[in-house]
Amino acid sequence: MAKKQVLVACGAGIATSTVVNGAIEEMAKENNLSVDLVQIKISEVGGYVDTADLLVTTAMTQKDYPFPVINARSFLTGIGTEDTKKEILTALQK
Amino acid sequence: MSEIYFNESVILLGVEANSKEDVLEVMSRNLVEQKLVKETFPPAIIAREEEYATGLPTAGVAVAIPHTDVEHVNRKTISVGVLKNTVDFGVMGDDKETIPVQIVFLLAMDEAHSQLSLLQQLMKVFQNEDVLLSILNDQNKTSIRDLMEEKLDFGALEGEK
Repeated sequence: MAKKQVLVACGAGIATSTVVNGAIEEMAKENNLSVDLVQIKISEVGGYVDTADLLVTTAMTQKDYPFPVINARSFLTGIGTEDTKKEILTALQK
Repeated sequence: MSEIYFNESVILLGVEANSKEDVLEVMSRNLVEQKLVKETFPPAIIAREEEYATGLPTAGVAVAIPHTDVEHVNRKTISVGVLKNTVDFGVMGDDKETIPVQIVFLLAMDEAHSQLSLLQQLMKVFQNEDVLLSILNDQNKTSIRDLMEEKLDFGALEGEK
């Protein structure tokens, strides 16, 4: 399976995306997935539309992208984390 | 990268505010006065919160984790603000919902992407209702500081006390 590029974005690209990045890294390891994680500000997503396979974000986004967008707030609150992980895994294993 | 600055001076109890802007102004002004952040920090924090809300519906007590770009920060710190009354913050990742927040963790980060373990532990604090309730009900800054240090495992803080 080709390496998937996963964008991890939040408003400032510094705090919550760091936590989400760590969670996905762990998940990828557990599931033997090789992913290319790119941690960015949500305003920078536009620069990756041609290469990204998935966007995981804590910031709101109204734009439509050619790849799935998954809300990652659960990694911060602990509420619904398993569901979010499943969602991400499903998207990555496509 | 500087060591994190954390002691009683960045813990504010019984903060009276009518809006999230009030809370952010009071908390970030305190950091400006201590020269931990630049003059540009308060307006940047307020603008960022407007654009990207940081309220989190956590167990027991809702919290918010306002933060902004690294260039406004002189020295990294986590300021804890316990509000007298709840104030509505937007919910992170949602442009319609708001949530009544009573504890604000204002993050002043001086470098992107490098504080993973600190942030992960902070998220664990948000997921622990007992710890949040202790912070909310404690009238003593020193015991809040001790609790935070214990939970966040600030190994490198010895010089700051």
